[in-house]
Amino acid sequence: MPDTPLPTLKAKDFATDQDVRWCPGCGDYAILMAVQRVCAKIGATRENTVFVSGIGCSSRFPYYMDTYGFHSIHGRAPGFVTGIKIANPDLDVWMVTGDGDGLSIGGNHLMHLLRRNVNVNALLFNNRIYGLTKGQYSPTSEPGKKTKSSPMGSLDFPINPLSLAIAAEASFVARATDKDRILVEVLERAAAHRGASFVEVYQNCNIFNDGAFDFATGKDVREDNVLYLNHGKPMIYGKDSDKGIRLVGCRPEVVTLGEGGVSEDDLLFHDETNKTMAMMLAGLHHPAFPEPMGVLYREERPTYEDQLHAQLGVAVEKRGAGDLDALFNAGDTYEVA
Amino acid sequence: MPADDHATTRPADTLTSAVVRFAGDSGDGMQLAGTQFTDTSAILGNDVATLPDYPAEIRAPAGTVAGVSGFQINFAAQQIFTPGDQVNALVAMNPAAFKAHIDDVEPGGTVIVNDTEFSKTNLKKAGYPTPDGSKEPYNPLDDEAYNLKYKILRVPITKLNQEALKDSGMSPKDVNRCKNMYALGLVYWLYDRPLDTTIRHLTEVFAEKKGRPEVADANIAALKAGYFMGETAELFPVRYRVAPAPIQPGKYRKVTGNEALAMGLVTAAELAKKKLHYCTYPITPASDILHYLAPQKHFGVRTFQAEDEIAAVCAAIGVGFAGQLGVTGTSGPGLALKGEAIGLAVMTELPLVIIDVQRGGPSTGLPTKTEQSDLWQALLGRNGDCPTVVIAPQSPADCFRGAIEACRIALTRMVPVLLLTDGYIANGSEPWRVPKASELEPIEVRHTTANRDRDGAGDASHFLPYTRDANLTRPWAVPGNPGTEHRLGGLEKQNNTGSVSYDPANHQLMTRIRAEKVARVVDLVPDLDVHGDPDGGDLLVLGWGGPFGSIRTAVDQARAEGRSVSAAHLRYLNPMPKNLGDVLKRFDRVLIPELNNGQLRLLIRGRYLCDARGLNKIQGKPFLIEEIAQAIDLMLSGDWGDAEALYPQAGGVDVNAQALGV
Ligand code: SF4
Repeated sequence: MPDTPLPTLKAKDFATDQDVRWCPGCGDYAILMAVQRVCAKIGATRENTVFVSGIGCSSRFPYYMDTYGFHSIHGRAPGFVTGIKIANPDLDVWMVTGDGDGLSIGGNHLMHLLRRNVNVNALLFNNRIYGLTKGQYSPTSEPGKKTKSSPMGSLDFPINPLSLAIAAEASFVARATDKDRILVEVLERAAAHRGASFVEVYQNCNIFNDGAFDFATGKDVREDNVLYLNHGKPMIYGKDSDKGIRLVGCRPEVVTLGEGGVSEDDLLFHDETNKTMAMMLAGLHHPAFPEPMGVLYREERPTYEDQLHAQLGVAVEKRGAGDLDALFNAGDTYEVA
Repeated sequence: MPADDHATTRPADTLTSAVVRFAGDSGDGMQLAGTQFTDTSAILGNDVATLPDYPAEIRAPAGTVAGVSGFQINFAAQQIFTPGDQVNALVAMNPAAFKAHIDDVEPGGTVIVNDTEFSKTNLKKAGYPTPDGSKEPYNPLDDEAYNLKYKILRVPITKLNQEALKDSGMSPKDVNRCKNMYALGLVYWLYDRPLDTTIRHLTEVFAEKKGRPEVADANIAALKAGYFMGETAELFPVRYRVAPAPIQPGKYRKVTGNEALAMGLVTAAELAKKKLHYCTYPITPASDILHYLAPQKHFGVRTFQAEDEIAAVCAAIGVGFAGQLGVTGTSGPGLALKGEAIGLAVMTELPLVIIDVQRGGPSTGLPTKTEQSDLWQALLGRNGDCPTVVIAPQSPADCFRGAIEACRIALTRMVPVLLLTDGYIANGSEPWRVPKASELEPIEVRHTTANRDRDGAGDASHFLPYTRDANLTRPWAVPGNPGTEHRLGGLEKQNNTGSVSYDPANHQLMTRIRAEKVARVVDLVPDLDVHGDPDGGDLLVLGWGGPFGSIRTAVDQARAEGRSVSAAHLRYLNPMPKNLGDVLKRFDRVLIPELNNGQLRLLIRGRYLCDARGLNKIQGKPFLIEEIAQAIDLMLSGDWGDAEALYPQAGGVDVNAQALGV
């Protein structure tokens, strides 16, 4: 290590000189800025940071980060990040994927990355459309969506990324929108979490699916449609902070504080470590419910690569460091004179 | 127990080689009997070659032909290259095994059958019909034709084994599981082999590892009982001796191809001072490589059993990107799935080793059978112009060297390397001369540490990941190193800068660079060696991969008869040796025997404008020496005719029986 303190990098130090090729107005710009700010905030270094992506609009991301980067093939980023982390667990690895890349062609890999708990930050930019291939419906598009490939409406029932992540045993599950005030904070917490952190980002594709998330990002309506989660705090939302979520039996219910004698104490209190609650929250959909933003779930669990390297250590302890001649001579050898 | 302790008064015939096959139900322990016979023979100093034959279904119904498992050993007092064509002695543990294997026994050969199992039920299960008007099914052991053709010895192995172990205190089921050792003991006696290697093995496995000394004792008792039965029962008119082979002096060990390959990978990583990462998904017949590597953690070997073939290759590429040795292993169907990712490794010019243990195809094909039909897939089976180096080891022990060469080229030339073996090489075994680690040539890996020397302001001169040395190799800069941050990806790269480029001239340049980079690996490829007449002659038999042994033996036989035939074997399929074109020109005719429908033949004809003819066997089985010998005869006599290829059938090559017949 050098004696002089390392220069602290600013957000713009993580930008490359490449022209950013997303459409003007695309939500990806805001996410890029947020990620660069987070890298600066957590004191990341360029050399120890790796961004890996698959294919799609969001997967262009690594080209715009002045770190190590790998723009891989469609849906397979989880395989690459796993290999990278096994080879060098000390690297800070971010994975950027989208609803098509991560849930359609690469759905299987995402699931296994999460359950193995590889210590990476997996960001899924959900724009509910295929952008790069110019506007077909995606696995998160709403049913009946009319697109070039579904002129009479899509027949596919959409998948819920958060439910999928929780069911796949992710150890950190969160959500924010591209315009969210909490985006930086959520990403920072994802980066701090040791294990596979899954963050869904509602991202506006202003070309093929403009306004898909207006309900959650529009200045006037946002507060009434979004539930910001705070660990240990009651689930309150609304412009006037007068609405809340309460549990009746096993079902969540929207209530208004003060109406019918409902007080804060009657509401659900968020517990980030409660998986059942997280699953319930993941199932809250607009317009019947506000959609939760923030950290839904977290748990401490050993990471895949830590356990793998621990096994390597135990093996050396038990058998001594590998010796080729011993390997060659194992089994029945015999001399030919 | 040296064999001489039980010297017998009966005569002993001295043979130069013998082929023994153990066959039984898949639960009968035939693979263990076979490997034990092989180990014992190797330790005695014989040259050995083996061919295991597994049923495709794990739990095929007991007693049926589909459930028969076999293991063949050729052991000799001379150098041998194949497991042998015809079986001299067959052990058939039930009627199904008899039915499945009897046709491979030489006329006059010895057939030891477990008479106890030739019951009505088992004969039926094996599919022997009940003749009209009879209550008893047909029993081949009573058939005069078989008894005239073979020396059939009816030994009630099941019963005798039970008898021998009646005081062992074991359950009838456990007792029954020892009958393979009884049969092995009998065959040990027949071929005058000592029991000590097997006794040591049984003690190690059952008494020491599994903590069940009573099982070890029972198996050893069965083994000895079988041996003494041969000694005392006067079953066999003679016993046979096969003297040690004149092998190059040194220390040896028997290895299978998969084992040798796995050892080669561990060795390559050590030679390169890298950690081996074996990323894979279980698939027959490649899984044993994973099973062998998983316990090598004290070498720092990391095995990653991925969720599928694609994730496995992607992880291996990620490992390469992160600066370590990434290897993925599979069989044909898996290679198909990995194709796109291999293209990415070609595009990003990262080191990657891909192993394909070929099996019968297409689709799921014949998972447990051997074939060489992935050559085109290895060379051509990806989108775009997508060249990789392709190496094919020629025998089980050669897999060790092949694995090291593959890793050396991948790590030093920044190029994916495909290593093609096959089920025959992978599961077959032969003696391997144990090397000394200190005698192996290190692999010099270079990493770029060029620092773009900036102060954190962010706009100093950039590291250029796509600059090249004289071999066209680009620098390998690894995450963690400051100053060489760069972005790779599957989009076309601009030469030098590595930036995304859609420029037409650049794409043509890069396509040619990628091809030329692989072509320049030819500097590391030894010239093609001609076995026979290097200056040329009437016929060259050109092979690759597993058929090496059969080709060599058939050519040696023909040469011993004074024919002008030579053999040459391609270990490098891409790039091919520099002198290949010249070698081909020196021979009047060229014959290419392959276990596929003519894949190397097309390449040789296309690239060298050479009228090569093919002998193409696509039966899931290796060549018989006899088949190649007949093809050589046809080529030399001029009776081959105009056919570009001939297909052997029923053990021979008949030019008049080539019609598809459908
Ligand atoms: S197509 Fe949509 S998602 Fe893609 S860059 Fe344009 S706006 Fe963004």
